Amino acid sequence: MPYDITLRGVRHTFANLRELLAKASPLRSGDQLAGLAAESSEARAIAQHALADVPLAAFLEDLLIPYEADDVTRLIVDTHATSAAQAAFTPIAGLTVGELRDWLLSDDATTDRLTALAPGLTPEIVAAVSKLMRVQDLIAVARKCEVVTRFRTTVGLKQRLSTRLQPNHPTDDPAGIAASILDGLLLGSGDAVIGINPASDSPQSVLKLLAMIEHVRERFAIPTQSCVLAHVTTQMRAIEQAAAAGTQAQLDLIFQSIAGTELANKGFGITLDLLAEAESMAASLHRNPSQPTPNPYSLIPNPCLFYFETGQGSALSAEAHHGCDQQTLEARAYAVASRFSPFLVNTVVGFIGPEYLYDGKQILRAGLEDHLCGKLLGLPMGCDVCYTNHAEADQDDMDTLLTLLGAAGVNYIMGVPGADDVMLNYQSTSFHDALYLRRTLNLRPAPEFEAWLASPHFEDLKRLGPNPTALLPLASGNWPTGT
Amino acid sequence: MPSSLNRQPPTTTARIALGRTGDAVPVAEHLRFQLDHALARDAVHATLDVPMLERGLRERGIPAITVHSAARDRSEYLRRPDLGRRLATHPGAPSLDSETWVRSMPAGSHESPTLAIILADGLSALAVERHALPLLDALASRIPNPSPRIPVVIATNARVALGDAIGEALGARITVMLIGERPGLSSPDSLGAYLTWNPRPGRADSERNCISNIRAEGLSYAEAAARIAHYLREAQRLHATGIALKDPDTPPLLGPA
Repeated sequence: MPYDITLRGVRHTFANLRELLAKASPLRSGDQLAGLAAESSEARAIAQHALADVPLAAFLEDLLIPYEADDVTRLIVDTHATSAAQAAFTPIAGLTVGELRDWLLSDDATTDRLTALAPGLTPEIVAAVSKLMRVQDLIAVARKCEVVTRFRTTVGLKQRLSTRLQPNHPTDDPAGIAASILDGLLLGSGDAVIGINPASDSPQSVLKLLAMIEHVRERFAIPTQSCVLAHVTTQMRAIEQAAAAGTQAQLDLIFQSIAGTELANKGFGITLDLLAEAESMAASLHRNPSQPTPNPYSLIPNPCLFYFETGQGSALSAEAHHGCDQQTLEARAYAVASRFSPFLVNTVVGFIGPEYLYDGKQILRAGLEDHLCGKLLGLPMGCDVCYTNHAEADQDDMDTLLTLLGAAGVNYIMGVPGADDVMLNYQSTSFHDALYLRRTLNLRPAPEFEAWLASPHFEDLKRLGPNPTALLPLASGNWPTGT
Repeated sequence: MPSSLNRQPPTTTARIALGRTGDAVPVAEHLRFQLDHALARDAVHATLDVPMLERGLRERGIPAITVHSAARDRSEYLRRPDLGRRLATHPGAPSLDSETWVRSMPAGSHESPTLAIILADGLSALAVERHALPLLDALASRIPNPSPRIPVVIATNARVALGDAIGEALGARITVMLIGERPGLSSPDSLGAYLTWNPRPGRADSERNCISNIRAEGLSYAEAAARIAHYLREAQRLHATGIALKDPDTPPLLGPA
């Protein structure tokens, strides 16, 4: 369906919504690489004008990727057809994209109303509206959203900031990982999750690293969650191997990277059915002690067992973008996340490299877009504020994005020793960075973790001093053995 | 507020026990980070010292050809990975085919090579400048054919897949590409080795084998050469690289369970 607009006496036509969204998207190298970006600044501004006039109803008719061709499209369309989604959508059904932008920024759009609206929005609608926003708009609207999830800690409350403690090691050396965990805990990091990217993607190493986190968590009564970020199938095998050995995997959160098209998810080696199977396996472990509460942010009950990671450009990288711009596809990944109502979602914004997000300016805007789009869709968004050494970015850019995300009310950020991930070879945010943000914006850790920091257990941990190997389980005990 | 660790144990290169002033890292740590980042940035943007490599190869009696990818400079190279995978075709660009190779060879060599070795800048020219020639020396004694018969190609603004175009042009059965890896903050000069059987454009990454982290603080030249030789033997035996080949020694990660 073509869209046209007459501006200053000249008529401009766009073939379909996919083209219009791509040309209206703020400049980024990935869309240029894909040949989808507006050919000039003027063309982009014109596309934004045209996009503002598109009625929201068009997004349910003019599908970016055909229903028959893509299971993420089917998920979005079928979910939006449910009565709960329709009821949420009704108040905005008559608006255009531009009118929705103005409503979101208005005083009518309160936290409660934004929460109620979430099921009525689609990824394409939130992507479109974010393209008509400046940085301050992305912050102002996100700041009004509140998405709270609960496991052993409660993450996402207003005026709180949590962190994922990320103690990666190039060879999964237990003493080395323990050293980073101890350093992070002593600096108040780790209330969202202690999450390790393993060097080895095997069920054995998943079980061993989980057991190590479990040992530390129980010994010092730390209210937090564990996660080992292997491929989801590896974590499933780990659960099975532990069960076969008569034990139980000490797995709190199950991890997977997800994307916004069926083909890109296939590239990640996953399907929606596989994720559902993984979720039910994690649920069978009964590790989340919080009472299942009715989740007002989602259409389905909230088991809070998934930790998802996303990032703009992943679909193009997998040659699975179907001619859609990368920011819109990122929002579509959130539809996949919403299907499983996760405990944490993390946009790893600058990890992908300069061919998708060229410099600090592009990374900064993408991080704020992702955070807002996820929050509008009712997701517990965190952000890996990060960059690689071949991007045109540095610590100043990260400090800026970090501070803006704090103002926008991000649920959590990463905590990496000295901001240098020695296993994944990129720079993220440090334990110190989180302390800076908490102090500067008067943010506190998750309430359970905050209480722990003032408890005798934390004093016990401090007494370990410079001896992180004391954190390790004894060689003879505590290690589950898989087969 | 919690305090940090007092001193750093040797179990990790992670930046732990940095200390604090207020919530910030002390100035010495700040400056160390800035210097490390500067080294990594310079490695990414450095132009490969081709004459130095050519001289080094000449001293070893190895003839070399230098080619360029279709990416014209580092800025375009970083934005356009597709151009870094194709050979330059602009007027005046060096051409590459088995004829070129034969002409550059001593008289008497008139057959397509089995193995071609490619030295590529990738994301760290520094890595190739520092480690490629010593690694070739370590490899020389482990390769069955005498080294002068093995073509060595120097490639600039190159991605890994450029090796497929080079290998195909030379008619090589297998390529070994030594290429600068994306610099980490503590590893600006890490070299990677990629082996590809029957190279031709369109090869998937799953059809290659990779040996990573070749540098002074990482994998030694001798160990890297041994692994490359192992993969070369296995590739010749199975007529394949990639997931079909197994690593020679996969050490248990955390010791015995």
